[in-house]
Amino acid sequence: MTLAPALTFSNAADRGRRMRRQAALVAFLLALLVAVFVLTLVLGQAYTPPGEVLRVLMGEDVPGASFTVGQLRLPRAVLSVLAGMSFGLSGVAFQTMLRNPLASPDIIGISSGASAAAVFAIVVLSLDGPAVSVFAVCAGLAVALAIYALAFRDGVVGTRLILIGIGVSAMLESFVAYILTQAPEWTLQEALRWLTGSVNSARLDQAVPLALSLLVFGGLLMSRARDLDLLRLGDDTAAALGVNVAWTRVTVIIGAVGMIAMATAVTGPIAFVAFLAGPIAVRIVGPRGSLLLPAALVGAVLVLASDYVGQFLLPSRYPVGVVTGALGAPYLIYLIVRVNRTGRSL
Amino acid sequence: MSLSTPTATARPGMPARSGRMRGLGLLGLGALLVMLCALSITIGSRDVPWSDIAAALSGQVDTVGQAAVSLRIPRTLLALLAGAALGLAGAVMQGVTRNPLADPGILGINTGAALAVVVGVAWFGMSSTDAFVWSATAGAGFTALFVYTIGSMGRGGATPLKLTLAGAATSIAFSSLVIAVVLPRNDIAGGIRSWQIGGVGGATDERILPVLPFLAIGLALSMLSAKRLNALALGDELAAGLGERVAIARAVAALGAVLLCGATTAACGPIGFVGLVVPHLCRLLVGVDHRWLLPFSAAAGACLLILADIVGRIAARPAEIDVGIVTAFVGAPFFIWIVRRQRVREL
Repeated sequence: MTLAPALTFSNAADRGRRMRRQAALVAFLLALLVAVFVLTLVLGQAYTPPGEVLRVLMGEDVPGASFTVGQLRLPRAVLSVLAGMSFGLSGVAFQTMLRNPLASPDIIGISSGASAAAVFAIVVLSLDGPAVSVFAVCAGLAVALAIYALAFRDGVVGTRLILIGIGVSAMLESFVAYILTQAPEWTLQEALRWLTGSVNSARLDQAVPLALSLLVFGGLLMSRARDLDLLRLGDDTAAALGVNVAWTRVTVIIGAVGMIAMATAVTGPIAFVAFLAGPIAVRIVGPRGSLLLPAALVGAVLVLASDYVGQFLLPSRYPVGVVTGALGAPYLIYLIVRVNRTGRSL
Repeated sequence: MSLSTPTATARPGMPARSGRMRGLGLLGLGALLVMLCALSITIGSRDVPWSDIAAALSGQVDTVGQAAVSLRIPRTLLALLAGAALGLAGAVMQGVTRNPLADPGILGINTGAALAVVVGVAWFGMSSTDAFVWSATAGAGFTALFVYTIGSMGRGGATPLKLTLAGAATSIAFSSLVIAVVLPRNDIAGGIRSWQIGGVGGATDERILPVLPFLAIGLALSMLSAKRLNALALGDELAAGLGERVAIARAVAALGAVLLCGATTAACGPIGFVGLVVPHLCRLLVGVDHRWLLPFSAAAGACLLILADIVGRIAARPAEIDVGIVTAFVGAPFFIWIVRRQRVREL
């Protein structure tokens, strides 16, 4: 799943056909997302007829369904979609910008930075709500800056950045583990949220800041979609094609880090979603054109479906991060195997 | 630019160290170790008067203070053994793979051992420490083989970069599998935390004793490999030219390291970065000759882990910080420093 397309020239007819095909595939992803979303609302421990679900969504008071759908399933599903989109977008932005599938924020320590800050804010400083998110965003940016600065030596080499990110993330994760041991009154559920990510304690009001962040940071990323796409050809080529490389980098980092930190402050670092969404999106829509929207949709489907699987389809209940972790881990190893065997650069 | 092999050449400009100096250095390290052991027994979350410490050392457990000290003794012993084993294993691995970033934690071997134990406990009802050690060693061996196979695929064989990435990926992967296995089982002793972050807090004689034979064999194999590691450091071709059977030399040394890591992880969970930091520091002290580097790494590893345990006990009084957290905090910046310093070759 290379993220670097060959620079090819095709005639207008080809191009039109390709874009139509891509639009169709994106529409398919969107349909898939809606289908999974509806499924999670309709079918949980018990079946709720779609008509009743619709009435709950309209704000009517339906005995029984108002609680199961309105209080349990809907917040969960909405939060899953928003967080999944944030993770997917942020991941693919980093992977594209650094031209390396391993350079996703959850592997190079940015998620752990946001997670560590959120845990610190909640447990030690007893903050909640927006303050935690602000804390997480600042920490995420600080970690991104630190990793970038540490990796800088006559320019930033992707592999060095990844290795340094792995070191930073080891440190931040043990910080999270330490804080969790200091908070004995915490439940295992709560701890798991900060270790692997979970939407178990979802509330509908948590969705508002996430939706806002998607709008603001996601909009920022989308406004740079074309430049980001050109960055895949290499910095020099992109610059020759009229891209302001440094400026694009700064905006993309702010957008991607802001988004993933906001999501992490609410759901915890849902394992590997940022890492997986981009490569899966490439598989589905092909390497050409912007991957931002497809990756966002894939991320949302991943989180939504994994949460559903973790809740209902496995012998015991798992938080979503454990399911995505079990999915992502083998893929990570497969990726390394493939890269090593073909001898291509990562 | 390739990673300069840490073991290949003595640094120019440094005088060759005489055996006597190194001997004295080792003696000094031994003295430091004894001092740290004494500190570890006397310092803790609870202040215990000297009379109680003396009484506890002679086997009495009448007062709370004496009981506390009697808990610190096996704990210190475990920290000593684990630190020595990890330091030694790190030095051997760095020699075997000619990789300055090799460490049982970074290469995922400790996590592999932990995963094997967790699977054994959750799915096969394992409960004795003996079984822990066997499965941990098997898990460590399997993971070492796995990571080395992945890391040596393709052009250029097992380059440091490929090996480190393969190890880090495996480590991330296995630690999320550990969570997946342990999570539905509330009954597993220690739960998720003790298999994610290593600690020496709950040490008892029963936990230490079954590990000893494994550590002894691992120690023997590693020490016997010292000369072969020196030959390997010259590069495979040259080592073969000098009459060394490269594959066998590698396998024996790696087996020693795997036994050390597996046994350590079975007793105290995965502890990272000791095996990374210690050999690098020791190389600055005694140079690259493995016949000296290995014993120095063992002694310094023991010192480091005991010190980390003491720090963990007094830094957050009355609570304790697991030693695995302390080593990560010391070791991760060190790891970053090495990555920065090396001119990492692009694949």
